[in-house]
Formats: sequence, structure tokens, C-alpha cells
Amino acid sequence: MGDLHASAHDEYEAITQPVLTVGPLFNRWALGLGAVVLWAIFAWAWQLTFGLGETGLGRPIFWGLYITNFVFFIGVSHAGTLISAILRIVDAEWRRPITRMAEVITVLVLFFGVGNVVLDLGRPDRALNVILHPHFRSPLLWDIMSISVYLMASSFYLYLPLIPDIARLRDQTHGWRHRFYRRLSIGWTGTPKQWHRLERMIGIMAIVVIPIAVSVHTVVSWVFAMTIQPMWHSTIFGPYFVVGAIFSGIAAIIIAMAIVRKVYRLEKYLLPIHFNNLGLLLLVMACLWFYFTFAEHLTTWYGQQPHEVTVFNARVFGPFAPFFWLMVVTCFVVPFGILVNSRTRTVRWTVIASISVTIGMWIERFTIVVPSLSNPRAPIHTFTYVPSWVELSLMAGCFAAFALLYMGFTKLFPVIAIWELEQDAHAAAAVTADPVLAPRVEEA
Amino acid sequence: MARWGLVIDLDRCTACQACVVACKHENNVPFSTPATAAAGRLMTWIQLVAVETPSHGAPTALPLMCQQCDRPPCTDVCPTSATYLNPEGIVAQIYPRCIGCRYCTNACPYAVKLFNWHTPEWPESMAPLKNPDVSVRPKGVVEKCTFCHHRLMRAREQARADGRELSSEDYVPACVQTCPAEAMVFGDLDDPNSEVAVLAASSRAFRWMEELGTRPKVVYLREGE
Repeated sequence: MGDLHASAHDEYEAITQPVLTVGPLFNRWALGLGAVVLWAIFAWAWQLTFGLGETGLGRPIFWGLYITNFVFFIGVSHAGTLISAILRIVDAEWRRPITRMAEVITVLVLFFGVGNVVLDLGRPDRALNVILHPHFRSPLLWDIMSISVYLMASSFYLYLPLIPDIARLRDQTHGWRHRFYRRLSIGWTGTPKQWHRLERMIGIMAIVVIPIAVSVHTVVSWVFAMTIQPMWHSTIFGPYFVVGAIFSGIAAIIIAMAIVRKVYRLEKYLLPIHFNNLGLLLLVMACLWFYFTFAEHLTTWYGQQPHEVTVFNARVFGPFAPFFWLMVVTCFVVPFGILVNSRTRTVRWTVIASISVTIGMWIERFTIVVPSLSNPRAPIHTFTYVPSWVELSLMAGCFAAFALLYMGFTKLFPVIAIWELEQDAHAAAAVTADPVLAPRVEEA
Repeated sequence: MARWGLVIDLDRCTACQACVVACKHENNVPFSTPATAAAGRLMTWIQLVAVETPSHGAPTALPLMCQQCDRPPCTDVCPTSATYLNPEGIVAQIYPRCIGCRYCTNACPYAVKLFNWHTPEWPESMAPLKNPDVSVRPKGVVEKCTFCHHRLMRAREQARADGRELSSEDYVPACVQTCPAEAMVFGDLDDPNSEVAVLAASSRAFRWMEELGTRPKVVYLREGE
């Protein structure tokens, strides 16, 4: 493999070039997103000073936007690692150019998932109490454990396949970049022994990471399902949340892929077939999501238990109905309509379906968190929850900071695994030409 | 060791809210305005809620406070054990340990746990009237009825100083002491001869939402012989 290194140098310049150069477009976006992040930091300082009273929350709606974002971001984190691991294990050759983009989403978005819980704490200064005084019967502690393991495993799983590409950049750069890549490449020279070890480790991690990823969103759902509150206390929440997580994760990959492809002109590597194949996966998940949503709501409605049906009615016919039905349209009607037809499984339309799914899955998290809290069993005074400027600013800040970090990553590391492309260029070409897997390869 | 419990006779209760006021003063619960109450920020450890009980046409006014469950849904979910069931059956709150995640407030089916959204404030004239035995909770932590736990601690100290065992008569929460209709009875549920134990076993007794398996130690009495 080592000898491929030098000869392939120019061939993959399209991938390495955007890493090493920073254009005016990047600077403009970085500045704009940076401003949003700064504003969010101000909002956070405001909240720390005056307390959580600066949110729109109250009794009994103790959780709102932050917890919705927590569940949403942790869900999106299933994009990467899980998809990439599954595709790697089943040897889907078309995965090669997209795995890294997906894995980066996982690692970065996890920080915002955990971050939103910290934003939601009344006493973030005491957050370490969960380690100093852990109570292992609390699903929140299970969450902390499984998310930390997931963060470590998925960081490792992102880093391992980066090593050969870091070494490539090390050999192409000078100055601080050279020193940076030299340190990170931990002495990679591409000997057969190193390749053997690397591929073995990647293979092991790909398997290890799958049960961890499944556990993460299962445990997130259990934060709700382990309580006895109406429409939270559901046995199917574990798999329902995992399905929703993979669903929103795939949508996030498709959006990231389309942006990277356009901005860095990587049309040569990110082909319509990738959008087509991920679109098919998204279609499968849309059907699964609909099945779970239907099963969950039908059993609740049929049972007509007073407290359950109160929440059900609020969600489906009452004050939350606009959100609920928008969710049904954006999570199922739109993506199903687009993706079921091979003519509309193009780059443009897959991206539209993905944006729709991303919005819909955020609303799904919201309609799970808030309606149950808005309709407590005890007949106490309730109110209409409207997020405050602090909450909205922090939400915008999270999305902006995520985009900023993702952009930053693309300026330090190649977003496409170069060695994976060159390692099996023949196999990849063969699959792209496969009439079954690549039905209609249309240039978008 | 005692297992403290409270019996409230809904037929004696006149809904005068003296217990609400007594509790607020005893426990340094900050004031709320109608505006803050409308936004869901009402601070009160007891409040009267309208509950429909079987055999009643109209809803009954029910003084609602922490039900001191023997199987509390709130303590299981606390990630730091800042809320826990103490050996005497009181669901306790450790304010300096609470991280303010509000998981317990969401897990409680009675919605009786309160969160300090802001730093509590008192009008200047009221500040000297605060009870020195009860700590003021900082912003960002959860609080609720403790059965006036500070009174229990004081009673225990007194009993020890007198060189005798603590008896049920030594200790009564502020709401029970105040109730002008004598609708509230407090004591040791494990002592079969105590008034609370007898009342709690009567055919008039019900535990609110006991079908959830929470096993409350606040027992309500309603119409009957």
C-alpha cells in the first residue's frame, strides 16, 4: 500500500486541497456562525446569572427546548458511527467516500447532546455530583455512562481510519500543520504490519460500536419510559427512539454530504448513487418510524385510559396537534413520497427529503417531551409553554457551533477517507457499475 | 423507629388555607405573585386542588403536599441521591447536592416538587421573620414538603436532653398545628395505637393515586361512617 502513496498524490488533490486552503466563503460563514455562537454564550451567561427562570419553563412543564435538543442531538449522533459501522461490516463498497463525514457528525453532535443537559441544569456548577454521589438506579446515570462510552468509542472509531490520511498530509505539509499531523499520525509509515493492525482494530471497533450506539438511544428513551407519566411510560420507547435516531442520523448525513459536495466540489467522489442508496435507507427508516408511531398511538387511543388519553388528545387533536401533524407530514408523507420513486431519488430531492426529516424528528422529540408534562395527573394549574429568547438563542448557538466545528474539521482533515478510496478503487468501481445497486445514475 | 404519616379529614377541612400560610412561614417558602403563579412558578409546599373523589358529585378541595410515598417515583430517578427516602419514611431533599436536573419533579405524579427558578426574595419587612431553623434554598435546586423535618430534629434533641425516648406527641408539622378545623392528624403509622394508624385503617381512608403503587403516607378521609 505504501507505494500507492506517492503515485496517488495528485489523483486525490481534490480532497486534500480544501483541507489546506481557506477561502473567503469559509471565512464569511465562520464569521457569521461565530457571531451566533457569541450571542448564545451571552445568553448562557444571562441564564447562569439570573437562573433558569429566564427560560419559559415552569411547573409542571419542567423540561422544554433543552431536553428536546438533547434527545434530538443524541439521535443525530447515530448518523455516523452506526451507519458507517453497519455498512463496513456488510462490506458495502459504496460506503467508502461517506463514512468519515458520517463519523464526524457523531463525535461532534454528542457534545451538543450532553451540552444541552448541562444547559438544562439548575446548578451546572454541581454537575460533577453525578460522579461524586452517583445513584445507579437513575436512568440519567445510565445515560451518562452509555453516552461517555459512546463518545470514547466513536472518537476512537473516527480517529483510527484517519491515521493513514493524517500521515499523507504530514508528508505534504510544512510548519505547524506538519508538526500537528506528525504528532497525530503516531509514527504511521504504512508498513504491512501497521495496515494489518489498523484494519483489525477498525474491524473490532465497527462491531463494538453497534451495541453501544443502540444502548445510547435506548437509555435516552428510558429517561422518559422509566417514569410512570402518561405517554412516557411506554415499553416500545427503546426501539422507537433507536429507529428515530437512525432515521434523523441518515438525514443528517445526506445534508452534510450535499453541502460538502457542493462547497468543496467533490462531485467526482460523492456520486448520485450515494444519495440514491442513502435515500433508500432513509425510506426504510421512514416506514419503520411510521410503524412505531402508529403502534404507539393506536394502543394508547384504543385503551382510552383517562390520563393517557388526555395526553393523546392534547397531542393529536389539541394544542399540540399542529406540531403532531406537521411531524407526520415531514417525517413520513414527504420523505416517503419522494424516496419511494426512483426518479425523485436524485441529489436534490433526497436532500429535500432529508431536511424535511430533520425538522420532523426535532418536532417528534418536542411532542414527546412537552405534551406529557403539560397534562399532569394532578389537577394543578398548567400553562402554555413558549420558549424564551434565552432558550432559542442557545438552540441557535448549538446548531451554529456544530456547523462551525464541522467546518473546522474539514480544514484540518480530509472529509473523505483517501486511503479507503485508493485501497479498493477497483471494487468500488465495480459496485458503482452494478446494475442492481446503481439503477439510474443521473448527474445532478 | 417511627414511620411518620399524616391523615387529613376532607369532611372537616373548610378549605380555609391556614395550613398553606403556616407552611409558607414555617419553611421560609418565598412569596409568589399572581403573575408568577400563572407562569407556573408558584412556590408553595401545600396547595388546595380540586379533586373528584368517588361518591362526590362536586370536586373536593384537597390539601396537596408531598405524599411522602413509601415507594416514591421521584427518589429512584435522582442521579445524585439528592432526594431519598429516609429511615423514618420522609422523602428528604439534600439541597447542597441537588444539581437541578428536575427529573424528580417530572417523575412525581402528584406534581408537588418545586424548583427554584430564581434566587428567592422577600420584602424587606418580611426578612426578619424568616424561620432560623430552616435553610433558605438557593436558586436552581428542588424543594418540597419535608413534614417539617427541622421540628423532628429539634424534638429529638429535646428528648435526648430530657433523657427519654422520642414520642409521637413531641413532634407535629406546622400545618397540623395550625389547622383550626382539626382536620389534620400526624403521628407514627407503625404504632397501632396511634390516632393516625387507627384513622388510616378506617373505611373512610383513601390514599390518592395509590393505584400507581406509590404507597403514600398522606392519607385522606372522606364521607362514611
